[in-house]
Amino acid sequence: MTQIIDTKTVKHVAFLVRMGISDGEAQSFSQQFSAIIDFFNLLNEVDTHDTPPATQVIHANMVLREDAAQPSMPREDFLKNAPESEEGYVKVSTVLGEE
Amino acid sequence: MELSSLTLRSAQEMLRSKQISSVELTQAMLDRIRKIDPQIQAYVTVTEDVALEQARRADERLATSENVTPLTGIPFGVKDCLSTKGVRTTCSSKILENYVPQYNATVIDKLADSGAVMLGKHNMDEFGMGSSCENSAYFPTRNPWDLTRVPGGSSGGSAAAAAAGLGLFSIGEDTGGSVRMPAGFCNVTGLKPTYGRVSRYGLIALASSFDSIGPMAREVYDVAAVTEAIAGLDKRDSTSSTLPVPQYTQSLGKSVKGMKLGIPKEYFVAGMEAGVESAIHKAIQQFEALGMEIHEVSLPHTKYGLPVYYLILFAEASANLARFDGTRFGLSVRDGAEDVIDVYLRTRAAGFGDEVKRRIMLGAYTLSAGYYDAYYLKAQKVRTLLRQDFEQAFEQVDALIAPTCPTTAFKIGEKTADPLEMYLSDIYVTATNPAGIPSLAVPCGFSQGMPVGMQLMGKHFNEETLFQIGHAYQQVTDWHKQLPPLG
Repeated sequence: MTQIIDTKTVKHVAFLVRMGISDGEAQSFSQQFSAIIDFFNLLNEVDTHDTPPATQVIHANMVLREDAAQPSMPREDFLKNAPESEEGYVKVSTVLGEE
Repeated sequence: MELSSLTLRSAQEMLRSKQISSVELTQAMLDRIRKIDPQIQAYVTVTEDVALEQARRADERLATSENVTPLTGIPFGVKDCLSTKGVRTTCSSKILENYVPQYNATVIDKLADSGAVMLGKHNMDEFGMGSSCENSAYFPTRNPWDLTRVPGGSSGGSAAAAAAGLGLFSIGEDTGGSVRMPAGFCNVTGLKPTYGRVSRYGLIALASSFDSIGPMAREVYDVAAVTEAIAGLDKRDSTSSTLPVPQYTQSLGKSVKGMKLGIPKEYFVAGMEAGVESAIHKAIQQFEALGMEIHEVSLPHTKYGLPVYYLILFAEASANLARFDGTRFGLSVRDGAEDVIDVYLRTRAAGFGDEVKRRIMLGAYTLSAGYYDAYYLKAQKVRTLLRQDFEQAFEQVDALIAPTCPTTAFKIGEKTADPLEMYLSDIYVTATNPAGIPSLAVPCGFSQGMPVGMQLMGKHFNEETLFQIGHAYQQVTDWHKQLPPLG
């Protein structure tokens, strides 16, 4: 079974993951994705009717710390990597309405 | 001092007997990096100031013999996906080109506490996505054994640095072979520890249920010593194990006589380079000569390991890399953007390379409504079967042996055109990560002048057994002592 992932689907997925792509990229991704997904279809051979999905890597308890407030990274340190900041806050582009 | 052949263990002895100071050793390493690395390009960032300061402090500890650990004064480099406070951490991506973490990964803190000396950050495939180090957004790293060939990936810079003597050990990261495959290509010893053995705090995540930080160095002793220093419970990683960390170097030297080594028959099928196959068979004979019992075992779901691995990796990576959107850190393309969505689109288009784009998009595709059951859920079910294969095999044997790659290092550019062909080079190393088991890569010969690596896989948290077997092998062979033809 060869499943074709057309450029329209590629562009739709690109938008879902907020990836700007050109028409040329959509074209080459379409071919590559079809080949890769086709390879994944190999798993259809395996009978997993009675097999539960893996949910943890190691059979062990999660280590949880006490749920108590602790000092976190100082605000000025956090903001050192922010593309834009203002008055101690990360500045983002307008999300709602006009500026 | 012959830096090119120096091991961590011999440097330890020289430091303790005051034949050399850590500052002298570190300066010599920095000089060597300046001289040799322009042809190899293992380092993305060299941290000379940090290194010399840490070396000075290590010398103070060594002078008073107080608080001296096996790593005090030892220079190393680290894959550029571990956060280093105040030192640029790029994941070899444009999107993090100017990112300077404000905190250390736990592994970096532990190494600093032990007195180790950080020389710099290693080149890698962007975000760990690749098997050749050619997906670095900056430059490809070259294999020290042949500069026209790749060092493997994604910890290619870390393997090349350890092979070329540009640091006495490297800290790599293995999500699906990324320590072992390049270790094999470059003739170094490297460990992918059990999932949860080493804290992932401060590691820039690729696939959170696979990612395992592990050392690479010249010999098993060195790798064991570093593992001892970086392993252990961490309150900041809820998946880190509560099991105590054994003194790995103490188990070295024990006889392997009577131990059982399994040969997974599904790994020895068509497609393996003849020179690789004969090197592995010679290694098996060597283990037999050491008194090990050799058994053929079956891992029936082996051929599904690669699709299971890539499906789950794409899904986890797609979620992990959603954070890179130009808002809080990293590249942000705001000029000309119409709205906030447009900022995301432009930032991610400009910041990510093709392979990263492919994997994020395929991850989202396989997780999307209508495909989730057929791909992601199916892969998690087959993952259960893969793990059961290993569990059943380890009821019969103490460890399994397999190559790290079907071929030796390939030419730069040879596999870049076809992503699927590149994925196939990971065929022997990907199944271990969905199962979470440890695996030690050990040099075991040469094929047409290029190194061949084998891996020894073991039960969960059984690193000790792998070190014991690997060390026994290195006592009777000298493949790991072979050095690349560099100045």
